[in-house]
Amino acid sequence: MIELLVVAVGGGVGAAARFMVDGEIRARHSGGFPWGTFVVNVVGSFLIGVFSTLFFTLTHYGVAAEDARMLRFALTTGLCGGFTTFSTATVESIRLAQSGRMRLALANALGTLGLTVAAAGLGIAVGGVFG
Amino acid sequence: MTRAPHRDWRYVGLVALGGAAGSLGRYLLGGWAGALLTPLTVLFPSTADTVLWFPIGTLVVNVVGALALGYLLEALARRGRETVRRRKIRIGIGTGVIGGFTTYSTLALETQQLLADGLGWLALLYVVLSLAGGTAACLGGIAIAARAARRRKGR
Repeated sequence: MIELLVVAVGGGVGAAARFMVDGEIRARHSGGFPWGTFVVNVVGSFLIGVFSTLFFTLTHYGVAAEDARMLRFALTTGLCGGFTTFSTATVESIRLAQSGRMRLALANALGTLGLTVAAAGLGIAVGGVFG
Repeated sequence: MTRAPHRDWRYVGLVALGGAAGSLGRYLLGGWAGALLTPLTVLFPSTADTVLWFPIGTLVVNVVGALALGYLLEALARRGRETVRRRKIRIGIGTGVIGGFTTYSTLALETQQLLADGLGWLALLYVVLSLAGGTAACLGGIAIAARAARRRKGR
């Protein structure tokens, strides 16, 4: 039951942060490429990698397993899950393709995929240093 | 001059509320969709060397969310000029609920975890199904909204 509250609060904070960060980036880059969502997704994927290792780090330093598991859940499924978005990234790639900018569409779709997976791997490696 | 929505706390609050609901939906539907794989675990049982798993929950959530966002944004765009009410729907439901429902970070993390588990072919299947399925579903959502709009005009 507490999981439901935790994921809702984390997801709400994450989504609001995405809205603000995306808006600020958008205001500075009015060109064709959707940098806002792109940056949010890569940063969020790095963070989820770091947070995914948190359980081992926290229990290593004596935090109870139950608390460590809940904090990891709040930050990964909640915060990072709400912060990053797949649907908007998909819509933005399709819009680029529909406006004839096929190369930018592919760069957005494949670039987001490649960089988010790489960022998550980097996050896991960075988080592992503390564990 | 009015504030940009992302600096207006009323809109930020709307996105937070929507994102909370969407994330809750992602957790619940994702967990439920995980059960879809149960029959396959009988056909492809894990062995002592490899523990087979597949993140079907995130895949289902992301494909469903891509369809929903394609539909919503196309339906709103076809209704014409963005009124305050339509902007609240676009930002609250689109950016908040559907944006919070779908996730890219979990997709990236699960791909890394599949790779770490030595299941490279399932990692590849996961990203291909996500991108192809998400794109097809989103185009489907756009097409459904476009057809509904044409029908409305034809009446």
